[in-house]
Amino acid sequence: MRQRLARLSFAQLITLLALLVIFTVILILPLFALFSKAFLNSSGEFAGLANYVKYFSTPSLSSSILNTIDISLWSTVISVTLGFLYAYALTRTNIRCKPFFKYMALIPIFIPTIVHALGLVYVFGRQGIITRMGFEVALYGRVGIILSEIIFTFPQAFLMFLVALEFTDGRLYEAADSMGASGLTKFFKITLPEIKYTVVNVFFVCFTLAFTDFGAPKVIGGSFNVLATDIYKQIAGQFNMNMGAVVGTLLLLPAVLSFIVGRVVNSKNAGTVSAKSTKLVVGKSLKRDTFFFVFCSLITLFLLFLIACLFMGALSSYYPYDMSFTLRNFLFDNSSGGIKSYFNSLQMSILTAVFGTIFAFVYAYMMEKTSGFNTLRRYGKLLSVLPLALPGMVIGISFIFFFNSPSNPLNFIYGTVTILVVSNILHYFSVPFFTATGALKKLDSEYESVSESMNIPRWKTFLRVSVPLSLPAILEIFMYYFVNSMVTVSAVVFLYSAQFRIASISITHMEEAGNFAQAAAMSLLILLVNVCVRALYEFIVKMIKKRNNDDKTRQVKEST
Amino acid sequence: MSFLEIVQITKRFDRQTVLSDVSAQIEKGELVCVLGPSGCGKTTLLRIIAGLETATQGQIIIDEQDCTLLPARKRNFGIVFQSYALFPNMTVLENVAFGLKQKKQLSREEREERTVDILRLVDLLEHKDKYPRQLSGGQQQRTALARAIVLEPLYLLLDEPLSALDAKVRVKLRGEISALQKSLGITTVMVTHDQEEALTMADRIIVMNNAVVEQIGRPREIYDNPATPFVANFIGTMNFYDHQGNLFAIRPEKVELVGRTESYDMVARVKALEFKGALTRIYSTLMDKTEICVDIPSEVFDGEKLHEDALVFLRMPQEHLREYPLEKAV
Repeated sequence: MRQRLARLSFAQLITLLALLVIFTVILILPLFALFSKAFLNSSGEFAGLANYVKYFSTPSLSSSILNTIDISLWSTVISVTLGFLYAYALTRTNIRCKPFFKYMALIPIFIPTIVHALGLVYVFGRQGIITRMGFEVALYGRVGIILSEIIFTFPQAFLMFLVALEFTDGRLYEAADSMGASGLTKFFKITLPEIKYTVVNVFFVCFTLAFTDFGAPKVIGGSFNVLATDIYKQIAGQFNMNMGAVVGTLLLLPAVLSFIVGRVVNSKNAGTVSAKSTKLVVGKSLKRDTFFFVFCSLITLFLLFLIACLFMGALSSYYPYDMSFTLRNFLFDNSSGGIKSYFNSLQMSILTAVFGTIFAFVYAYMMEKTSGFNTLRRYGKLLSVLPLALPGMVIGISFIFFFNSPSNPLNFIYGTVTILVVSNILHYFSVPFFTATGALKKLDSEYESVSESMNIPRWKTFLRVSVPLSLPAILEIFMYYFVNSMVTVSAVVFLYSAQFRIASISITHMEEAGNFAQAAAMSLLILLVNVCVRALYEFIVKMIKKRNNDDKTRQVKEST
Repeated sequence: MSFLEIVQITKRFDRQTVLSDVSAQIEKGELVCVLGPSGCGKTTLLRIIAGLETATQGQIIIDEQDCTLLPARKRNFGIVFQSYALFPNMTVLENVAFGLKQKKQLSREEREERTVDILRLVDLLEHKDKYPRQLSGGQQQRTALARAIVLEPLYLLLDEPLSALDAKVRVKLRGEISALQKSLGITTVMVTHDQEEALTMADRIIVMNNAVVEQIGRPREIYDNPATPFVANFIGTMNFYDHQGNLFAIRPEKVELVGRTESYDMVARVKALEFKGALTRIYSTLMDKTEICVDIPSEVFDGEKLHEDALVFLRMPQEHLREYPLEKAV
């Protein structure tokens, strides 16, 4: 018998175990609590499928499923179409102002989904600008939700298509040109087949987002019930935890389905772009460019119009009756959380960004750059992709079930900022994890071997080599966590406490109280800080790139 | 006992055997090349010597100490990778000094002095404040070498250290590395797939193929007396032919061209001629289509007699013939 040489040092093993234990406690145990609640009756006895039977035999509840599928399908189909055309315009045409259009499309990411709905209220609501011009839209209910979800999912669809369309092999198109293929032929024979897996992915991502969104239906849904609002009513309104858990598990279905489809699709999606690929040169076509320029301008105008409405609402004394300028709306009433909720949000988002970035990056490092204990690591990889399938609402209620249980020794974090931070770190974990993994994969795997030969401790190599070299990715993760924590509603709506309110929730309360002007003002504050953080991120990354390039040009000068 | 003993090392990844019962002894101060085609297991062997990979079976004994289960950081070796793995965010000086900073028993002055000495030794002192991306390939290679030897390791491992460089720099650095190795007297194991590199640099060569050691010996021995047809064919050029049920082998430069009246062993027909500078190579085929190459000095080459389709009479001197069992034919 041979003893195996331990590839993982003691310290590394402890780190790995600690990460896995934390992850299990915040992900697996709460999910377990959720599922067990769904199969228990209100007095805690095993009920089998009784809760589900009850759910499906109550028409007022089960109709929500069809409603949710209905709005998700409509918004997804439209969003995928718009997102594709917008990304196509930015990659395959010669229109002007591409950077401008790109950043404008990201506007919805920087504000909570409730604010998309709020903007729509200003445009199409009872006193909306368009409504007052004589165009009536039945905004409250189905139409409003669909419109909101389109605004919500459009940037996601656009960004995914942008990545897919940016990477292509120009030689394919040159070959097609030399064979005399028409533009339409090239589109159907080269472009579409190249991105067909992306189309499937985008479809499922948008569908899942719309299916599980809480903000828009809450504000604009009226009596049109969807699953996400049902959960809220069951839990926060009727304290029917078991029924809430049932709806929670239903909410999981499309995410799980899309997750499985996504895995199958991604495993087939082998890259076809090689190092020899050439950049695609876009040919001249005035007709095409005009069409796409007008298209992009319309979308951008619409988004800017929504933001302009927020400005107008926030800065006018009493829309639409008294349009005089005022800053009074920024003096928030204390009843809905006040300006304190904004600072609470900042505090929560900074904590989430700091700890989330550390957690995701160290986690990715342990998975990517260490070896040994393969069973543990396989479990770790499984955990890392699970949050992708978890809607915020589900995280929120499973956290209630798990952490609010009096027998839980972690009960003390319930109602504090800690539980909000933990839920955000978990909710948005997967994207940062993939970003970190991608950055670490690019680093030479021999850095660790060389350090080991020099007897340099692993943590030192990590801090002095891996971290500085991954700085752009780390900043990206930080920004992602921050921006999303500022705008999130779904998970935290169950977890905030009266002592610690946050801005995105305050906006919901302001809207419920009919205080649209203050809601708009608060939205602008969120937008402002998010745009600043994004701009700061872009600036720093640009500086890093510039410094590296300067060194290279200096080398060229010296060698000539 | 030798300084570094590789005892019956076997390595399996899943079902694939990468190393099969590999044994070798390396003496103190020697430069040994592990030579073989890609995928023969030579890099895995190096990583096992380094402690970066574990052997499935077998032992590694360094300086009379069983190191088989000793992790890399406790083995005290220097290593240079094909990619150099220089830390891009550190200058040449910082790269070299990174490992020294761990040696708390040295004073700051001693560490600085040592770094400067090593940089002077590899002729990089004037470039000490540059970042790796500002260096030429050869300079990067020397930085990696400096970093590997600054801690005064017991032994040095080089994993294809020259293959990323262009031909001229490679030849120059071959000499520099050998000279440095000899002056430091450091035991060195170098992995390469380039036979010329191995022949010119190594004190001894370990030839590997398909996870096994084919032959171990001095460059001259291996060239003159290749133990197997694989070695014969991998290092230099070798003619093989079948004669009365035996496989014979002879180097092209040992085949003699004789007149038809003299005693000869074979008759062949010239297929092509290749002028290679000092030598001219004649490609010819025997009656049974076996190809035989003959190298003759270009100054005795006679264009009148030798042309395509001409008949040549070949003599194979007994003393230069090698015989292999037929089943081992390549």
